[in-house]
Amino acid sequence: MKDVILKVNNLSQKFKIKSKKLFDKPKILKAVNNVSFEVYRGETLGIIGESGCGKSTLGRTIIKLLNPTEGEILYNGKKINDLRGSQLKSIRKDIQIIFQDPYSSLDPRKTTGYLIEEPMIIHNIDDSKKRREKVETLLKEVGLDVKHYNRYPHEFSGGQRQRINIARALALDPKLIICDEPVSALDVSVQAQVLNLFKDLQKKHGLTYIFISHDLSVVKYISDRIVIMYLGKIVEIGDNESIYSDPKHPYTLALFSAIPPESPFEKKEKLTLEGEIPSPLNLPKDCPLTGRCPHEMAICSQKNPELVDVGKSHKVACFLYQQKGNEKNE
Amino acid sequence: MKEKLLDVKDLKTYFYLSSGIVKAVDGVSFTLEKGQTMGIVGESGSGKSVTASSITRLISKPIGKIVNGEVLFEGKDILKMSNKELLSIRGKDISMIFQDPMTSLDPVYRIGEQMIEVILTHQKISKQEAKRIAIDALINVGISDAEDRFNSYPHEFSGGMRQRVMIAMSLVGDLKLIIADEPTTALDVTVQAKVLELLKDVQKKTNTSILMITHNLGVVWDMCDTVMVMYAGKTVEYAKVKELYKNPLHPYTWGLLDSMPKLSQDSNKPLITIEGSPPDLRLTGNFCNFHYRCPYVQDICRTKMPELIEVDEGHFVSCHFQTRENTLERKEV
Amino acid sequence: MNTVDLKDKDKLFLTEKKANSPWSKLKRNKTAMIGLFIVIIMTLLALFSPVFAPHDPNQMNLSKVHLKPGVEGFIFGTDDVGRDILSRIIYGARISMIVAIGGTLVGGIIGVLLGLISGYSGGTIDSIIMRLMDAMFAFPFVLLAIVLMTVLGNGLRNVILAIGIANIPGYARITRGQVHVVKNEEYCNAIRVLGASNTRLLLNHILPNILSPIIVYATLSIAGAIISEAALSFLGLGISPPTASWGNILRGGKDFLNTYPHVATISGLFILITVLGFNLLGDGIRDVLDPKMKR
Repeated sequence: MKDVILKVNNLSQKFKIKSKKLFDKPKILKAVNNVSFEVYRGETLGIIGESGCGKSTLGRTIIKLLNPTEGEILYNGKKINDLRGSQLKSIRKDIQIIFQDPYSSLDPRKTTGYLIEEPMIIHNIDDSKKRREKVETLLKEVGLDVKHYNRYPHEFSGGQRQRINIARALALDPKLIICDEPVSALDVSVQAQVLNLFKDLQKKHGLTYIFISHDLSVVKYISDRIVIMYLGKIVEIGDNESIYSDPKHPYTLALFSAIPPESPFEKKEKLTLEGEIPSPLNLPKDCPLTGRCPHEMAICSQKNPELVDVGKSHKVACFLYQQKGNEKNE
Repeated sequence: MKEKLLDVKDLKTYFYLSSGIVKAVDGVSFTLEKGQTMGIVGESGSGKSVTASSITRLISKPIGKIVNGEVLFEGKDILKMSNKELLSIRGKDISMIFQDPMTSLDPVYRIGEQMIEVILTHQKISKQEAKRIAIDALINVGISDAEDRFNSYPHEFSGGMRQRVMIAMSLVGDLKLIIADEPTTALDVTVQAKVLELLKDVQKKTNTSILMITHNLGVVWDMCDTVMVMYAGKTVEYAKVKELYKNPLHPYTWGLLDSMPKLSQDSNKPLITIEGSPPDLRLTGNFCNFHYRCPYVQDICRTKMPELIEVDEGHFVSCHFQTRENTLERKEV
Repeated sequence: MNTVDLKDKDKLFLTEKKANSPWSKLKRNKTAMIGLFIVIIMTLLALFSPVFAPHDPNQMNLSKVHLKPGVEGFIFGTDDVGRDILSRIIYGARISMIVAIGGTLVGGIIGVLLGLISGYSGGTIDSIIMRLMDAMFAFPFVLLAIVLMTVLGNGLRNVILAIGIANIPGYARITRGQVHVVKNEEYCNAIRVLGASNTRLLLNHILPNILSPIIVYATLSIAGAIISEAALSFLGLGISPPTASWGNILRGGKDFLNTYPHVATISGLFILITVLGFNLLGDGIRDVLDPKMKR
């Protein structure tokens, strides 16, 4: 049996959007809509989706920057979504996050050393001498130099800043790190360095990652299991292998066909969805892909498809496969 | 017979900062033929965007200055044109598409007004005719209900739609060259795919040339005929796309190709990376700019600048060890 | 990772750091330097008034009433009771500076605190504080000062208080606006996620990052405070005579504006120059610290 470190049950995150007109009711934006999944200890769960699919909101809800509107988050079997005060503070030690933008995620007025030391100061860990030693070890571990201790963030390149962010997240010896598009802002050559660093650190510290990204190649490289989100919902979830070798959901198929070719000789067959991603404001009650899906059936606009197992813990939320499953059963 | 549309010769654009001279573009030459697409790839600070802006002289003065070179557009040097000539070329013959379409559209005017303005500055026709041309262009780039959308403001469009509008605006003239500076970087993959398809369509219909600035090699494979790899303001390799893919020669190109994660990648092996980070452009000198990061570095690389040599027909490379006489053995990693 | 880190790079980095430091940028700004020069002179006059002043500022001499500037060694002449105007100006600088800086400090500290609380907490607390500030803004300064001075009485401390209180809303507003921008920066989220308390976040991360515009505002509002002091004293609400302040000297000169204009002109000129000095310096600091605020 696999060891579940984090379990998310029916999580929803809704935002009230004030209407532009004076007396209109505020609209509800469902950024994350009834999402459930498990994360196993020591694995990397990749979350893929396009902008507006709710993947970042999901990450921020798990880390408790946002309070979920509905549903629960269980960390090591313990419900954490309504924790406050000192209990919340102790959970913060275990779950950390690395943000996308290496430029805005570091306080510009603090030195590298202080930035990395601060989490230990907040949690009253060790005395200042020991903390300094730890900061120096961390600097080396993420590939920076001890002489960078007194430098300010603006004196570093994007890749180096992301390394500072990683060192800071590691300072509390977390168990689970949420990586919110951590390499999207970096150059290709630097991106590869940081990805390798993530993998090395995972092995060394036994870390669990939730890796959020829009880049399918990056997610493929780093993840053990993959979640694909569309308009706040999980449309497909499964092992890295089975998702990439045998994608099922029409949205996943379209996503994969949109990846630029890997060589000038590769001629891809483009499978495009009609129209654009609708706004999560006017979310239909039915399957989120209705109106864009090439395989649309009558049932698609009546009911919301549930995630069904299509083998090897690969699940898809699409009536195409539910019907096939039913047929087989009959 | 292929016709040269754009011929850039030894272009140098420097930025003068209080702390030193940034040689953003330092002696770049290339040619672009009619109906062809050329890609310029490189990391941030490689000078690829500055190259693009230099072509239309969109360099912020007085800090930036084009210090040398020729940019021959249909045989006429853009760098020597008067402001009036330049303005008549921009938007009419050459149009630029930027990474963030929001910045290139004026937020206070409706899309339609902006399009009509562009049309009227270059063509002497009535406002009604201009409107018809604009709406046709919007339909051409796949914007549904173009008549309604014509009266929308830029913020009412999504990123992909705005990029379509930009392409539509470039369609209203009798365009010869589109300079696309990271046009799809801010877009989602599915939207990117559509925008690229659209650009290809437009090109087929109008025989426009495209200069594609990007950091994404996938986009290059998809779109381009030739490609120039830039590093620290210089061309390190320049070849036909297929040739570059099959037979890359410069160690930097190797690194770039390797460090892109691919779907076919074995995820148990670490990615091959280029160590270090791109150099400071104020510290370029008489040496190979890549020598700090090059795994094949030797003494000569630190003391002499390699020249760009045509080692094969149409395949240029700038490395001391990749010449007609010598070849460098690519290490298996 | 930094095997390529060269000595050259470090050297360049240091020169760049030097060139980009606020002080060296300010040094390159000529008008700001003129402003700084004026401010330094006035500060020196204020600090060492007894050293610079040739006479006792309150020493009356009824035989030497209304001497013209330069006569009998009185560089700026004398006033209606024969006091040396130069000495009074020098001692007046002391009072004016104390009032201006004191008022700015009082207003700044209270205003910034209110702005921090208001901007960070939002909601009802924010609304209450800001409506209060709006009400104070809507109240004309002179009226506010009259009320305060009537309640508190004349005197140096009360002038400082009046000017300080009148300055509170400005600081509160500018601080609140800045907090709104900074509190949603990703680095604040990063600190929150680490488990930091609100106080830590506010004082250790938000405040240092919003300090530049506040410093700029403070420099400019010192100029305003000098004028306020002059205005209050001129109206007889400020420093009570015979203590010399620029406003008082101006007030003393106003009755003889037609016959002996030098009394009012000289004190007015000093107010003008000092205010100009602070404004020039403030503009310069703004350009350096907060280029975005430049209009």
